[in-house]
Amino acid sequence: MTTVETRLTEFTDNNEKPVGYGRMLRKEDPRLIRGQGNFVDDVNLPGMLHLAILRSPMAHARIKSIDTTAAAALEGVVAIVTGADLAEKGLAWMPTLSNDVQAVLATDKVRFQGQEVAFAIAKSRYIARDAIELINVDYEILPPVVDVRKALDPDAALIRDDLKDKTNNHCFDWETGDAAATQAVFDKADVVVTQEIIYPRVHPAPMETCGAVALFDAVEGQLTLWSTTQAPHAHRTVYALVSGLPEHKIRIIAPDIGGGFGNKVPIYPGYVCAIVAALVTGKPVKWMEDRSENLVSTGFARDYIMNGEIAATKDGKILAVRTHVLADHGAFNGTAAPIKYPAGFFGVFTGSYDLEAAYCSMTAVYTNKAPGGVAYACSFRITEAVYLIERMVDCLAYDLKMDPVELRLKNFIKPEQFPYTTKTGWVYDSGEYERGMRLAMELAGYDELRKEQEEKRSRGELMGIGVSFFTEAVGAGPRKDMDILGLGMADGCELRIHPTGKAVLRLSVKSQGQGHETTFAQIVAEEIGIPPSDIQVLEGDTDNTPFGLGTYGSRSTPVSGAAAALVARKVRDKAQIIASGMLEVSVADLEWEKGSFHVKGDPSKSVTIQEIAFKSYGAGDLPEGVEGGLEAQICYNPSNLTYPFGAYICVVDIDPGTAVVKVRRFIAVDDCGTRINEMIIEGQVHGGLADGVGMALMEMIAFDEDGNCLGASLMDYLIPTALEVPDWETGHTVTPSPHHPIGAKGIGESATVGSPPAIVNAVVDALKPFGIRHADMPLTPSRVWETMQGRHVPSI
Amino acid sequence: MQVPAPFQYARATTVDHAIELLNEGGDGARIVAGGHSLLPMMKLRLANFDTLIDINGLHDELGYIRQEGNEIRIGSMTRHRELLESDLLATTFPIFRDAEHVIADPVVRNRGTLGGSLCQADPSEDLSAVCTTLDASCVIRGRDGERVVSMEDFHRGPYETAVGDAEMLVEIRVPIRPGGSSAYFKVERRAGDWAVASSGAAVWMSNGVISDARVGLAAVGPNTTGIPAISEALRGRAPSEELFAQAGALAAQACSPAVDMRGTVEYKRHLADELTRRALRKSVERINEQGA
Ligand SMILES: Cc1cc2nc3c(=O)[nH]c(=O)nc-3n(C[C@H](O)[C@H](O)[C@H](O)COP(=O)(O)OP(=O)(O)OC[C@H]3O[C@@H](n4cnc5c(N)ncnc54)[C@H](O)[C@@H]3O)c2cc1C
Repeated sequence: MTTVETRLTEFTDNNEKPVGYGRMLRKEDPRLIRGQGNFVDDVNLPGMLHLAILRSPMAHARIKSIDTTAAAALEGVVAIVTGADLAEKGLAWMPTLSNDVQAVLATDKVRFQGQEVAFAIAKSRYIARDAIELINVDYEILPPVVDVRKALDPDAALIRDDLKDKTNNHCFDWETGDAAATQAVFDKADVVVTQEIIYPRVHPAPMETCGAVALFDAVEGQLTLWSTTQAPHAHRTVYALVSGLPEHKIRIIAPDIGGGFGNKVPIYPGYVCAIVAALVTGKPVKWMEDRSENLVSTGFARDYIMNGEIAATKDGKILAVRTHVLADHGAFNGTAAPIKYPAGFFGVFTGSYDLEAAYCSMTAVYTNKAPGGVAYACSFRITEAVYLIERMVDCLAYDLKMDPVELRLKNFIKPEQFPYTTKTGWVYDSGEYERGMRLAMELAGYDELRKEQEEKRSRGELMGIGVSFFTEAVGAGPRKDMDILGLGMADGCELRIHPTGKAVLRLSVKSQGQGHETTFAQIVAEEIGIPPSDIQVLEGDTDNTPFGLGTYGSRSTPVSGAAAALVARKVRDKAQIIASGMLEVSVADLEWEKGSFHVKGDPSKSVTIQEIAFKSYGAGDLPEGVEGGLEAQICYNPSNLTYPFGAYICVVDIDPGTAVVKVRRFIAVDDCGTRINEMIIEGQVHGGLADGVGMALMEMIAFDEDGNCLGASLMDYLIPTALEVPDWETGHTVTPSPHHPIGAKGIGESATVGSPPAIVNAVVDALKPFGIRHADMPLTPSRVWETMQGRHVPSI
Repeated sequence: MQVPAPFQYARATTVDHAIELLNEGGDGARIVAGGHSLLPMMKLRLANFDTLIDINGLHDELGYIRQEGNEIRIGSMTRHRELLESDLLATTFPIFRDAEHVIADPVVRNRGTLGGSLCQADPSEDLSAVCTTLDASCVIRGRDGERVVSMEDFHRGPYETAVGDAEMLVEIRVPIRPGGSSAYFKVERRAGDWAVASSGAAVWMSNGVISDARVGLAAVGPNTTGIPAISEALRGRAPSEELFAQAGALAAQACSPAVDMRGTVEYKRHLADELTRRALRKSVERINEQGA
C-alpha cells in the first residue's frame, strides 16, 4: 500500500476518530496550539529566584582566581557560587552517562568555550544576568586542542589532567567485526574503494532550550525538579546517587517539552546548579538557558571522521566494508548511549547488505570542545553508520560505473534471510528491502528522472538523483545487553480502567513532541476497545508513572508501545474473567470483539468493556479469586531491537553559476512495521527529512583555531525553513516486527538517519560531470562551488 | 531568553522631539526603529546604551513612499514590508522589490525599517546596496536643520555612518531618470540569512546603447560598494553578454571579501562577477520589456 503526501483535507477529524489504529488528530494539539502548554519556563513559584551561569569565553585556560565581590554586592543578588564553593560540598564534579566525569563548575581549568564557571542567584533573570558580568575571572590561557587529527600529537596540550595518570587526550578505543576475516576478503576483491567521509559536528537545537525549576522543601526533605528531560526516571536515580538525597524524596517532573532530539537526555551542570541553588537559598530557583548557551554547551551530535573502504567484485557484488573512525568527544565524554556501546549502535554500518565480512576500529579523543556526542535523532550513531555505508556504496557505483539503485538491489539482504545476523553481530528482525526500494523508484519515476538528467546534462544543466537505503536499529534494550549507568533498558506501564470505563495509562517514557498522548491511547484502544479520547496518558512525573528509561533512540513505540499493548491485554484477560461471571458462562466460551465480550455463537449475549469496568468496582461478588478493580501493570523487556528501514530518493538541481542547491523532490518510503497513526508517522518523517536537509546543506558547529564556537546563534548555526524543503512525497510498506507484540517498529529517527545520504548522493550525482565522487557536508553554495573547482573544501 | 543590560527608554512623538531627546541623551542615547538589528545586539550584550529613543511613533511622519518631481522620496521609518508592497517603487525601481523578497523573513520585514537598515551600516545589508546602486541621497536632520549626503559619504566604515550623535536620518531620495530599470540578485545559504554576496544593478539606455549604469555590491567588502569603473566601462556601449562579463570581472576585482562561514574569498568574488552579470542582464531585459 502506498500513500502520497497527505493534505489537510484528508485528515480524519476527531469526531470520527478510530477506536484503535488510524489517522486522527493529536489529542495534545489543542493545548499546544492554543498556547496552553505548560513548559518548564511556564513554571513560576512564589518567591522564586533566578539563576544565570557565567561561562568560559576561552576554550582552554587555567583559572587563576575568581573575584565575586562586585557581583555579590549588586542589589537583588542573593548568592554567587563558584567551583570552589561546590568543591566544598563535593559537588564540583558529576558523572556523565558514559562513566566519565564532567565539571559542574570549573575549579581548575576551563576545557571548552561555554563551560560553566560560576553562577549567580538573583531576584530576577535580568539581575542574575547583570551579576555574572561583574564576576571577574583571571584566566591563564592554555593552547587549545581544536583539530581532532592533532589531538593525539605528542605535543598536544593535555586536556584531562583531572584524570589520574592521564598523559594524552585519548578517550577510548573500540572495535567490532573481524579484522583478519575482513582483510582476507579485501585481498581477494576485484575492486576496493577508499574514501574519507566526514560527518561534521551538528547540534539538535530544540526550539525549547534546557532548563529547570528546583524546589526544596526543607521540612519534608523533598526535592521537586521541573526539568527539560527526556528521561525523568533515569535522571532521578542519578540525582539520588550523586547528591545523596534519598530517591523517594526526589520528584522529577518533565512537563511539556519543546523538542528534544537527544539534546535533553544528558544531565547538564545547569540542572545540578539549580538544585544546589535551591538547597543553598531555601527558595525555588529557575534556570533557563538562552539560545547561545544551548548551542555552545549542550549535547552536540556526530563529529566523526570516517575512513571508509568497500570491497566488491567487478560486477558489483559487495563483499566487505571496513572503516577506521576518529571520533571527537569534546572535553568530557558525555555520550548518552547504552554503557556497553561507547560508539552507540555504529556497529550497524554494514547497512542493508549481505556481506562476507566487516570490521570497524575507532579511536575517540578529547578536544577543547563541548561534550556530548549522541543527540539529534541519530538512533545512537546510526546516522553516522548509514551515512558511511550509503556514501561508500555510491562511491563504489561511481567507480564501477553502475547505477546506484542497481548496485543496491544486487546486494540487499533477501526477505528469506531474516532474521539476519550481520557480520558485526546485529540480528535484524525482519525486512523486505527490494519491495521498499522498488516502491520508491515507482513513486519517483526513477527511469524518467534518469532520462531527464541525461537531457539536462547535455545542455550543461546540473541535476542530481540521490538514493539511500537504510536499516535502523531502535528500541533499546534488551536489558541484558543494554543499560545506562547500570539501569536496564526496560520500561514499565500501568493501565487503570475507571468505573465508568474511562482509563488512565501511565508511561515511563516522555514525549517531546512525538504525540504520545495520542499514539499510546490508540494502542490501548486497539486492544481493549475504549475510544482514544477516553484514555488519559500520563508521563513525565516520576511520582505517578512507572520506572523506565525514557524517550530517545526511537524507543518509545518499540518498548513502551509494547508495554502498553501487553498491559492492555492483561486488563482484557481480567475483564474476560469478570465477563464470564456477568454472562454466567465459562471464560473459554467468550469471544472478544473490539470493546465487548459475547458468548460464542450468541452475539446478543454480550457485555461491553465499560460495563465490565463498572462491575469490577461495583456491588456484588466477582468470580472466584478475582480482586476488585480493573487495572494492571507490567515492565517490558524487549527481546531484541526492532529494525525499521526505508528507501529514499532525492532530486536536486544546482545552479551552475552560483552553485546553490535546490532540493526539488524528495521521495521517502518508510517501513516501520505496523502503523498506529499515519498522520503522526508522516509528521515524524517530515520533521526528520527537514533535519536531513539541514545537515546535508547548512548545519555545522564549527570552531576557529582558538576554539571559539562559530555556531553560537541561529544566525550562525542555520536550520532549514519551509523554503528549503520540497513537498515531501511519502510512501510506505509494512513489514511487522516478528517479536513486537503489535509488530510496530520505531519511526522517530528514520528520516533523520536516512535523508542526509540521499541528499548528499544527489548533489554528488549532479556534480558527476566535474569528475566528483565525494563532497563533505554541509553542502553550502561555497562548498559546492569549491568542489566544482576541484579544490579541497575548507574546514568552515 | 536572552536579556539585555539595564537601559532607559523614551518614546519620541515627533522628529523634533526625537532630536531633543538625542541631544539630552548625548552619546549614550540611541534611536530604536524596527529594533531588528539593535535589539539582538543588546540581548547578546554586544552593545549597550543608556537610553533608547523609540521612534516607532513617528511612522505617520516618516513612513511614506512618494514621488516629488523627478525623485522618489522614502521616509526613514518606512518598513521593509511597505517597500516590498509599493507598486510605485516596483515600477520605478524594481530593484527594491527584488531585494525585499530576499531580506530576512516576513516577521522581520513587518518591523525593520529603511532608516534602520542604512544606519546599521552592516556590510551585508541589502538596502544599502540598493540605495548605492540607485545613487540615492540621505537626508539627515539635527538641531540645526537638514543636510543631504550621498550614499558614498553616508557610510564611513562598517557600522559607521555620517549621522552624528544628535542627528537622525529622516529621508532617502532617489533620482528618477528616463529609460532605466534595475535588478537585484543575492545568494544566501538559506532563506532569511544574510547575503553570501549580492549585487544590484541599474541601467539607463537610449537608442540601444547604455547611457549610464551603476552596480552596487553587498557582503563583499567593509561597506556596500558602488563600482565607478563598471559605470565607465558600460557607458556608451550596446548591451551584450561580453559586456556583462567585462562588468562582472570588474566587480570581482573591485571587491574585497573575507572568508567566513558563508564562503571563501574566491567564491564570493565569483559571485560578485556572476550576480553582477545577472543583475545587468535582468535590468536590460526589463528596459526592453518597458519599450515593448
Ligand atoms: C533574522 C534577521 C534576518 C535579517 N536578514 C537580513 C537580510 O537578509 N538583509 C538585510 O539587509 N537585513 C537583514 N536583517 C536586518 C533587518 O533588515 C533590520 O531590520 C534592519 O537592518 C534594521 O532596521 P531596524 O528598523 O530594525 O533598525 P534598528 O535595529 O532599530 O536600528 C539599527 C541601527 O540604526 C539606528 N537607527 C535606526 N533608525 C535610525 C534613524 N532614522 N536615524 C538614525 N539612526 C537610526 C539605530 O540607532 C541602530 O543603531 C535581518 C534581521 C534579522 C533579525
